Amino acid sequence: MNEPTVRIQKVKKDTVKIRLIIFGALAVALMLCSIFAEHLCPYDPYLQDLSNAKAAPSAAHIFGTDAYGRDMLSRVIIGSRSSIYSTLLLVAVITVIGTAVGVVCGWNGKRIDTVLMRISDVFLAFPGLVFALAVAGVLGGGIQNAIIALVAISWPKYARIARSQTLAQKETPYIKAAKLSGSSTGKILVKHILPNIIGPILVTSMLDIGTMMMELAGLSFLGLGAKPPMAEWGSMMSDARSLLKTVPWVTFAPGLAIFVSVMIFNLLGDTIRDYADPRSRGR
Amino acid sequence: MEPILRAEHLTKTFRRKGQEDVIAVNDVSFELMPGECLGIIGESGSGKSTVANLLTRLTEVTEGSICLHDKDITRQKGAALRETYRKIQMVFQTPAESFDPRRTLGDGIAESMVNVGTIPAEVKKRTRELLVRCGLSEDFAKRYPHQVSGGQCQRAAIARAIAVNPEILICDEATSALDVTIQKEILELLNELKEEHKMAYIFICHDIALVQQFCDRVLVMYHGKIVEQGIPDDVIRNPQNDYTKRLIASIL
Amino acid sequence: MSEILRYEHVDISYGGRVAVADISFALREGEILGIVGESGSGKSTLIKAAMGLLGPNGMVTRGDIWYQGKDLPNLSETEQRKINGPEIGMIFQQAGSSFCPIRTVGKQLYESMLEHESLTKEIFEQRAIELLDKIGFGNPKRILESYPFELSGGMQQRVGIAAAMLLNPRILMADEPTSALDVSVQKQVVEEMLLVRKCFETAIIIVTHNIGVIGAMADRVLVMKDGKAVEYGDKTQVLENPKEEYTKKLLDAVPRLNKEVL
Repeated sequence: MNEPTVRIQKVKKDTVKIRLIIFGALAVALMLCSIFAEHLCPYDPYLQDLSNAKAAPSAAHIFGTDAYGRDMLSRVIIGSRSSIYSTLLLVAVITVIGTAVGVVCGWNGKRIDTVLMRISDVFLAFPGLVFALAVAGVLGGGIQNAIIALVAISWPKYARIARSQTLAQKETPYIKAAKLSGSSTGKILVKHILPNIIGPILVTSMLDIGTMMMELAGLSFLGLGAKPPMAEWGSMMSDARSLLKTVPWVTFAPGLAIFVSVMIFNLLGDTIRDYADPRSRGR
Repeated sequence: MEPILRAEHLTKTFRRKGQEDVIAVNDVSFELMPGECLGIIGESGSGKSTVANLLTRLTEVTEGSICLHDKDITRQKGAALRETYRKIQMVFQTPAESFDPRRTLGDGIAESMVNVGTIPAEVKKRTRELLVRCGLSEDFAKRYPHQVSGGQCQRAAIARAIAVNPEILICDEATSALDVTIQKEILELLNELKEEHKMAYIFICHDIALVQQFCDRVLVMYHGKIVEQGIPDDVIRNPQNDYTKRLIASIL
Repeated sequence: MSEILRYEHVDISYGGRVAVADISFALREGEILGIVGESGSGKSTLIKAAMGLLGPNGMVTRGDIWYQGKDLPNLSETEQRKINGPEIGMIFQQAGSSFCPIRTVGKQLYESMLEHESLTKEIFEQRAIELLDKIGFGNPKRILESYPFELSGGMQQRVGIAAAMLLNPRILMADEPTSALDVSVQKQVVEEMLLVRKCFETAIIIVTHNIGVIGAMADRVLVMKDGKAVEYGDKTQVLENPKEEYTKKLLDAVPRLNKEVL
């Protein structure tokens, strides 16, 4: 009789944790950068120096200077405050509003569900950015109004996710068991439903940070967000648009900042999704 | 003797938009005596699980009434219903899914005690006692549902159900998802607890051999109706209904 | 009777963790082998290994599975695909869910046959009807024209068996084919498989936790626990005169209808 064949199995290493740490650290670094922006700027980001305008990137000014001689690196760093801050605020607001509406609709069903969901349909029926443009147009420019405009068009998505998740959880045996244990509706919603549906919602909001940053920058680019001289990446790119051919670095610097931060938050969102999916984790 | 539970003309209709209504439970009446073990048998879709959900008011009753002792619980809500849940408890088919995946088994068992304001030290002590009574060690209180086997999880679910000293325990296919050797252990546990706590059981099941071993009386359900009832041995010996005959003939 | 499939000292691992250890048995032509065990015993893993269905994490880390002079774990995916279907057929727990819900059964069976041989629709229909008729379907033409949801669970499972038999495999592997069904229809599926063996002399491996199913159809039985073989022998010996403690415990736990009341 032959000896049994022996085959070597390669075991793939689980990289989710390492990825989570790396992207998490990068995202934290980005946020720290926006918090301590003033202290990180090598120059005053609002100080004009016309003698040194449109200077090409050099050792003194890594990203060069803009049409008014302001240091681009400092402006990008200080711009992170409005860009990242307002994006996080925006995402937090839509997550909370959307989730609350969705959970109420999913749990109650009946008339409340119908009314709120038809309202969200109305918001979803408009092309997003066009609607935001209209809102920002009515309310006028400014970063707050841009945030309000984006909140108005973005919450329905979260309401939908929260609603469908709640509907799925509602019929599970453990919710029935909680009812049989004499827990009130409020207690069930907060203690059982919310912790179990928050995973996919958080992942969506992480993935949305990138999108929202782009949309906010887009509104600013169109002149409906941040107002000059406020440094905001979108409006900075917009201001420098006419100089694209002669001094490309003025658009390049904020563009790169948007690209990098959107990338980091997207990758972080992806990783959190992988991590939150129990199938991707070992038993 | 007075029955502890009386279901009269129970009917459940599920309405579906644009389609015909589904009558899941159709005019079902029965009584449950104290200390009795009543089996309900039927194939999937026969309405036997819907009956369990109606009795525990997890599903709204369309027509008919449910009386616990002399109290009508058919339309109870809020605090009154929560009071009823101290008398009726249920064990589900899928043990792992009957515990919140994000909370420990101990939290699940303690929930009913916490809800009536038992002091934390007492809750902790009772939880440990219940776990041990149901054949688990005390440290299972700290484990999560996915960290234990199906049989262990079902033991914890039984511990949770008897935490309030209920008078009626409904077992909805409580052993169907388990391996046969585990099933036997769980049935032994249920038998012991029945004596200790003087509970009446409603034992919903699709295995007629199990019903014969475990139940004092059996209802056979088919298409939402009770088609036959009696002492299991009698029903098996002399089945009246076509479905019951088919069920017995198909035992391998 | 000659051997058609042979497992020799098979170890199977998932992601470095051993799921099945040192299993050896042989399947003879036309034989029905029942593999019985509780959840986590590795019984399904065992037959998936022969079909190359262990997934990206699973692998036969030691031992051989011999079929027609070929060592199945060594085959490439292309070679394996030639064997799966025409040589070794498979039935799953829920055949119904492996059908596409929006196309008729006949169309789907025809397409899956085209994967393995070229034939016209007419010839296919003729063959399918002949087969369905042979294994006891009352109205074969109607079955082919129906959509999966129009068939009951038991019917779907029987059509699943027929679908596997269309390619006339020499071995049929069935993974818990009756477990999702109501007791009253389990028997039909068992009878259908017995009929398949009678008509085509197909060797069958049936994996199940249901001792009743084993008792009704197997010739030989392999009892598994925690990835190891506990007992292997003729059905009557294993079920009526078990040697091992675990087998006794398992048989003892099965609820049986007390027929003395009859």
